Amino acid sequence: MAIHFHNQPGLVVYLTIGDPDLATSKRIALAAIDAGADVLELGVPFSDPLADGPVIQRASERAVHNGTSMEDVLALASSLRKERPSVGLVIFSYLNPILRMGMESFAAAAEKAGVDAVLVTDLTVEESEEYRAALRKHRLQPIFLAAPTSPDDRLARIAEVSEGFIYAISRVGITGAQQQVAGDARELVTRLRRYTKLPIALGFGISNAAHVAVVAEYADAAVVGSAIVALIEQSSAQEAPTAVGKFIAALRTPVASKSAVS
Amino acid sequence: MIDETVKEMPSSATVPGRFDAYGGRYVPETLMAALQELEVAYADAQRDPAFASELSTLLHHYAGRPTPLYFASRLTESLGGAKIYLKREDLLHTGAHKINNCLGQGLLARRMGKRRIIAETGAGQHGVATATVCALFGMECIVYMGQEDMRRQELNVYRMRLLGAEVRGVSAGSATLKDAINEAMRDWVVNVRTTHYLLGSVLGAHPYPTMVRNFHRVIGIEARQQMLEMEGRLPNAVLACVGGGSNAIGAFYEFIPDKNVRLIGVEAGGRGSALGDHAARFQGGSPGVLQGTYSYVLQDDAGQISNTHSVSAGLDYASVGPEHAALHDSGRAEYVSASDDAALQATVRLARTEGILPALESAHAVAEAVRIAPAMDRNDILLINVSGRGDKDMGILARELKLQGA
Ligand SMILES: Cc1ncc(COP(=O)(O)O)c(C=O)c1O
Repeated sequence: MAIHFHNQPGLVVYLTIGDPDLATSKRIALAAIDAGADVLELGVPFSDPLADGPVIQRASERAVHNGTSMEDVLALASSLRKERPSVGLVIFSYLNPILRMGMESFAAAAEKAGVDAVLVTDLTVEESEEYRAALRKHRLQPIFLAAPTSPDDRLARIAEVSEGFIYAISRVGITGAQQQVAGDARELVTRLRRYTKLPIALGFGISNAAHVAVVAEYADAAVVGSAIVALIEQSSAQEAPTAVGKFIAALRTPVASKSAVS
Repeated sequence: MIDETVKEMPSSATVPGRFDAYGGRYVPETLMAALQELEVAYADAQRDPAFASELSTLLHHYAGRPTPLYFASRLTESLGGAKIYLKREDLLHTGAHKINNCLGQGLLARRMGKRRIIAETGAGQHGVATATVCALFGMECIVYMGQEDMRRQELNVYRMRLLGAEVRGVSAGSATLKDAINEAMRDWVVNVRTTHYLLGSVLGAHPYPTMVRNFHRVIGIEARQQMLEMEGRLPNAVLACVGGGSNAIGAFYEFIPDKNVRLIGVEAGGRGSALGDHAARFQGGSPGVLQGTYSYVLQDDAGQISNTHSVSAGLDYASVGPEHAALHDSGRAEYVSASDDAALQATVRLARTEGILPALESAHAVAEAVRIAPAMDRNDILLINVSGRGDKDMGILARELKLQGA
């Protein structure tokens, strides 16, 4: 299948699956979709999330601790696909859990689950040949990250092999909520546009409606992760789905946006 | 007496950053430009005779190279078998081989104009060596160290702070080396434009495993030469402990073409063979990606990285340098393990027969020599790389060996 953004700006929501538990993750995911998320990034918890800030680290640790595996995440994807056929589903993982399952078995299982695309945090274009072949075989779209530090020749390569959308990292750093959208972001998106017609989703640090409004000025979608994971951490399992739904619904409310640019 | 005809090029020299299937570069996109910059700067430095000459001057006048090769006659006698020679990296400035790499990368960071240095440390020896080089070059130094390691290697924490480094404790996971590397990598992702990550072993993404190995090659180059001078022939085996694998690859590399020389890497057998009780990657591990490189990793069925245990903080790590993975698979090097107890006993034996107190890490290599020497011929030769000295371990030794204090 393929990713579509039905709204402008599109909204991509990241969740660490298994935090606080699988059943709650499913209810949160449904609430997120119903509140307007176009795409869900289903985060596979990993013991050593070295690209993540403290919020997602803690979520990952809780989810690993309660035994959430790749199989669990794919099973969740499969049930979301049945209940919400048009949502975009992205498996968001570090490489090792995929290697452990086997690239081919993983891709086959992800296709069967109705997943649209895959993003691997610690896999860059250079090392991705076998991975992309496996995804292609199973009609899964590879999504790659583009960073403010990526020189133009890398952006060109990233654009060439990405499908679905490109995930532009808004600032030099790890995941985590920020006060403002970094000035790096607009420049990166401008550079990327020279190489791609794909939608560009901007993420890392996007945490409120003002940020989303700024992102909408030059990118196609906003990715919201740590802010939602933090909200889940602060809520009881009972309340989390409603809290997340409300939070997401409020992200597209119009606000005075200019003040949020650094 | 060396047979030049059995020499061949080390298997690993073909694809940059790859050691057969292992190695590579598995990092977040944000770091790619920095790794490429480092690769170019390193290649440029390698072509610059001024770099080599400055490094060798520092290694000689500052760090104390060459280190002696010492015939351990009383240890040899006590075991009644192979002759045992010790390569004395413990005599280097700061007390371990780590300074070889730190001087090299410190010079490189200076060439790149990066004045903020970050590092991870397990036993604290790499942190101390990094703090030392930063003091020498007037650079800012931040060292990440697991809180468990800070506790058990407290003397080195004091040393780093005295040298002007900032030591940041890491409480995540098992609060040991792996967790310190995660945190150092996060720092690097955030501060990549101004910061050099001075990685302390043959781990991580390309070019680190190759570059760090090259900075330690001097160990084997000297030892091979010294062996020929002292004995007129090569040893039957070279032994070294393997944490990330830097002292071992440094000691092994020059001997790789000498097919008759066994290369024996000794991992931490810890307190047992269950996952979580040791750090013997070649016994309980399988190929996977951790912290930038593809190598043997201790992991569970879901691909989550296991916790590890060793009495020595420097060997307490879930993965191993990718070049060792290739040497393992090709059979060119053998990997065995020594338990916590065997390492402690070997420490005492070396101290009491030779008056040399090895680091607990190095004691693992000594333990394997103690195990195999008695059954060997008296004309056989074992060369042990004593990667560091044991002063840092006095707290653990006092406790484990129930030594009497004041
Ligand atoms: C004395 C000593 N030997 C060995 C090691 C293990 O590292 P490597 O395997 O990279 O030599 C350490 C690490 O802290 C050390 O301090």
